[in-house]
Amino acid sequence: MGLRSYLDDIAPHFEKGGRLHALYPAYEAIDTALYTPGKITDGASHVRDSLDLKRIMITVWLCAFIPVFVGSYFVGLNANEAMQALGQTSIDGWRGIFVNGLIGFDPSSIWDCLIHGLAYFVPLYITVFLAGIAFEVWFAAKRGHEVNEGYFVTSILFTLTLPPSIPLWMAALGVIFGVVIAKEVFGGTGKNFLNPALTGRAFLYFAYPAQMSGDAVWVAVDGWTQATPLGNAAIGEPYGVDWISAFLGNMPGSMGETSTLAILIAAVLLCATRIASWRVMSGVFLGMLLTSSLFNLIPSSNPMFDMPFYWHLVLGGFAFGMVFMATDPVSAAMTNDGRWFYGILIGFMCVLIRVVNPAFPEGMMLAILFGNLFAPLIDHFVVQSNIKRRLARG
Amino acid sequence: MATQKEVLIDPIFNNNPIALQVLGICSALAVTINMATTLVMCAAVIFVCTLSNLAVSLVRNHVPTNIRIIVQMTIISSLVIVVDQVLQAVAYDISKSLSVFVGLIITNCIVMGRAEAFAMQNGPWLSALDGFGNALGYSVILIGVALIREPLGSGTLLGYEIIPTIANGGWYLPNGLLLLAPSAFFIIGLFIWAIRAWKTEQVEEAEYEIAPNTQYERAL
Repeated sequence: MGLRSYLDDIAPHFEKGGRLHALYPAYEAIDTALYTPGKITDGASHVRDSLDLKRIMITVWLCAFIPVFVGSYFVGLNANEAMQALGQTSIDGWRGIFVNGLIGFDPSSIWDCLIHGLAYFVPLYITVFLAGIAFEVWFAAKRGHEVNEGYFVTSILFTLTLPPSIPLWMAALGVIFGVVIAKEVFGGTGKNFLNPALTGRAFLYFAYPAQMSGDAVWVAVDGWTQATPLGNAAIGEPYGVDWISAFLGNMPGSMGETSTLAILIAAVLLCATRIASWRVMSGVFLGMLLTSSLFNLIPSSNPMFDMPFYWHLVLGGFAFGMVFMATDPVSAAMTNDGRWFYGILIGFMCVLIRVVNPAFPEGMMLAILFGNLFAPLIDHFVVQSNIKRRLARG
Repeated sequence: MATQKEVLIDPIFNNNPIALQVLGICSALAVTINMATTLVMCAAVIFVCTLSNLAVSLVRNHVPTNIRIIVQMTIISSLVIVVDQVLQAVAYDISKSLSVFVGLIITNCIVMGRAEAFAMQNGPWLSALDGFGNALGYSVILIGVALIREPLGSGTLLGYEIIPTIANGGWYLPNGLLLLAPSAFFIIGLFIWAIRAWKTEQVEEAEYEIAPNTQYERAL
């Protein structure tokens, strides 16, 4: 075990009194990410469970790779189709250096599409990861807490919510805002009442609307404009995609949100391993189903009123938010009953924003942040009602 | 008895009305999009706060306690009306972009708060200094917020371009969030953080302590 002994060798430098003590959190993070921590339980408490924060976060991270690969494939497919329509056979810029020789930009080739999509995902993910982890380690060193695997999840989920053509510096700025303002100022992982990934995205959405919304950003080819189906729906245009394609993910959109199928596969894994709360997911779906069905009954000139629930499910970030964002164990409700209310509130708010607010075609991000704010209140009422019921029972 | 120097200087950083007492936030959010309106707003608040404290202090011994708030309100609103009228006469454009916020100085908690908390108990000179100092503390924060919001939000300062934006052929992409009111919340929050990191006695006592999630020294 060369690596293990190397880590043990350098450990004294990072311990108290060592030269690099300020970097202890970075050392500890690398060590515990690679090896099981050698900590022992002492004292009276002996609750033991193999399911710790580390395992929760890594499971979500691994599940997120399903939308990563499927989403990257469809990013590449959309881009290759656009390039075919424009008659381009190679891409400009630094991405071209890496991929021009590797692939032929043929929309019918799975390999070409996947690599072309990954050429957008991978640099973004590396940038986001490094920018965010730098601030995590900095805060951890200053505050004396540890860096944990939560950032793996934040970084990958944040990257998946971005449009493929977003500039790298912008993604870095967004994730730094999310990590610092939504998480570290409140004390780090476990004390963030907002989802850091979504807070970072909300920051970018309001700061740089031209790069985060509209119809020029969703297909990663310069000068190609194509609105998302949800954007089309909001202005009464045809969606431009049939339901099965939308379900599979063949439409323009943020990198990870397009393929509802991939997201649902991840959802099954997350529920089967009991990592994510099925109550939250069901609540979000139920809230969306009820609210959209209610709107369907109302006659209106607004075309969004007529959108049925199965379209709400596959368009925009609904499925991604439901499975990955709303279920964030820290910012969601903690009580089982509360999870239902919390989920329903998110589903309701999402449809309400999508249908009624003409300024925002997509409502999932704002709905989840809104739900995050209410989660502690919901928990409070659930706990109070439990107490009252028990008192009444005598 | 507070000394003149304390009364004047303390509110700027040690006891800042925005950063420590968290008063007067609404106008701090609303007028800080650009520096010109911010400076006018600060001047207006300095004028109103100083003179209202002076006037309230002068009449403090002649005002029956049960109607003192009404008297304070009358004094403050008279001053605000003067400011508003002057602004409309000499700087109509700025007056228009400040819109209701000049009138709302009446409800600015700093002005009322100083009149009630300080001017009712102290002499005219000290009260005027206190009003001036608190308005100065308010102005420091507002100008600081505007110094961040205007250059980063639109690339200009006092209307002159200091960071060339992409729209004008430069390199800077303006941050649209800074043109929205919530950004002032974040900036004021960061200011409070910075001030408390500098003056640690302002940090409030924690309501409860959470045990550290890993006691790594022991594990080693």
